[in-house]
Amino acid sequence: MIAATQPIQRPANARLFIVDRNGKFDHTLRTSFVKYLHAGDLVVANDAATMPASLQGIHLATGDSIEVRLTARASIHAEDINCFSAVVFGAGDFHTRTEDRLPPPNLEAGDLIILGPLRATIEKLLGHRRLVLLRFEGSLDYVWAGLAHHGRPIQYSHVASPLALWDVWTRIAGPPVAFEPPSAGFALDWNALSQMRDRGINFETITHAAGISSTGDAELDRLLPLEEPYRIPEVTADAIQRTRISGGRIVAVGTTVVRALEHSATQDGRVRAGEGVATQRIGPSSRLRVVDAILSGTHEPGTSHYELLRAFLDEATLERASKELDQGNYLTHEFGDSVLIERSASIMSHDSRGSRSPLAFEMWQ
Amino acid sequence: MQITGELGGLDVLINNASDLGPVPLQMLSDTECEDLVRAFETNLIGPFRLTKALMGALAASAREGRGAAVINISSDAAVNPYPGWGAYGSSKAALHHLTRIWGEEHASDNVHFLSLDPSDMDTPMHAAAIPDADPATLKRPEDAARELLDGIAESLAALTTASKF
Repeated sequence: MIAATQPIQRPANARLFIVDRNGKFDHTLRTSFVKYLHAGDLVVANDAATMPASLQGIHLATGDSIEVRLTARASIHAEDINCFSAVVFGAGDFHTRTEDRLPPPNLEAGDLIILGPLRATIEKLLGHRRLVLLRFEGSLDYVWAGLAHHGRPIQYSHVASPLALWDVWTRIAGPPVAFEPPSAGFALDWNALSQMRDRGINFETITHAAGISSTGDAELDRLLPLEEPYRIPEVTADAIQRTRISGGRIVAVGTTVVRALEHSATQDGRVRAGEGVATQRIGPSSRLRVVDAILSGTHEPGTSHYELLRAFLDEATLERASKELDQGNYLTHEFGDSVLIERSASIMSHDSRGSRSPLAFEMWQ
Repeated sequence: MQITGELGGLDVLINNASDLGPVPLQMLSDTECEDLVRAFETNLIGPFRLTKALMGALAASAREGRGAAVINISSDAAVNPYPGWGAYGSSKAALHHLTRIWGEEHASDNVHFLSLDPSDMDTPMHAAAIPDADPATLKRPEDAARELLDGIAESLAALTTASKF
């Protein structure tokens, strides 16, 4: 596949590749995705807005320039804004591919970091020399003002022009708790939501603090996705239950929604309302208890997003689908084309919740 | 972002900031283009940007049964063609119409749009527009704000009760 290089959320010619439950393929324009939904289906999206999580600054002990990318927080409570896990890069910016970025200076617990108007202390290293737990000084008000003025959305070397905050906010963006955009939601706009309502398709949201998608460091990337806090409103849990009883499908917009809903699911597929922290990895051994279909970006083999699709499709169908996407020159990454994948009818036999993320240490203790 | 970040969500947005256009007031044909643009930026484009950016948070509040409302502060100058109030009046008229269209488009999301006229208040802006008005005949801003908040609380209570049953 080809990387999408223009930061346009809804290009008129964005495409949608469809895999139905029998492994049959279809190609269409993404604007017509509502036609592939049925009355009685429930679409669940992530309404997290994206924070300006990239901060340029100075590592005080060495005087070296660094870039800090915030990657996760302990909870999505509004007041929980002082403590983040973060990946630290050496001098430079997004014009250099993350794979080629300079490493940061040697980081130690207690080191002070100056990020524009913000000051933060490294509380500890988190199992890797570039992954740290950071604590910001100052009140809620002060930290938000600092992030708003000094922070930038995490940028991508394959997108030439710098992204502004509005480039990475979905139309439905609410609480700013995501570190990278829940980009599957770029496919939605208010017009699509209105079409859905007209056709008897229901819509609800969850809030999931989507973490960083890749760091360019193979060792670190193997730890992804990190633990991600989420909140499922009662109305959403109720709507899921009603849909399941009436035989409609649960269509998740994006991998974050799959992760949150499946994490909160009980043995019998009921979704618990409230807050949680998604710790699991979803892959071929995961049995999906809640989600019937996923609307997502196109994902390349080797990424955790691609692994998650293996819970929806058997190996052979997924390989066939990847080839079809390649041959069709589909665009990938945040501003790329989309796929709508229905869980294959033949993949119901496993019974496991997936393996736990390797980084399930007590980060927030 | 700072607002939704700190509050964790949003149920009421009040677009109150206003710009009078040229001071002292001018006939439209004497109004500088820059003064007209500034009035539209403040009175129309600003509320548009804010509302658009916060629509996700407002719609989420409505879905969760807490209600959601956008209140745009309007004026009788939005409806009546008072000579000398061209920049202000036309931008407020546009805001009034924007509010109505937005209200139609999001009625089924249960996000409610209100255009409210607090009437003539004893404010620096009123003094700039009509320097010789008698303050005693004008409403005190704190009374107007109180009336506004009571009105919002009442209509939100009605809405959330209605959506629960």
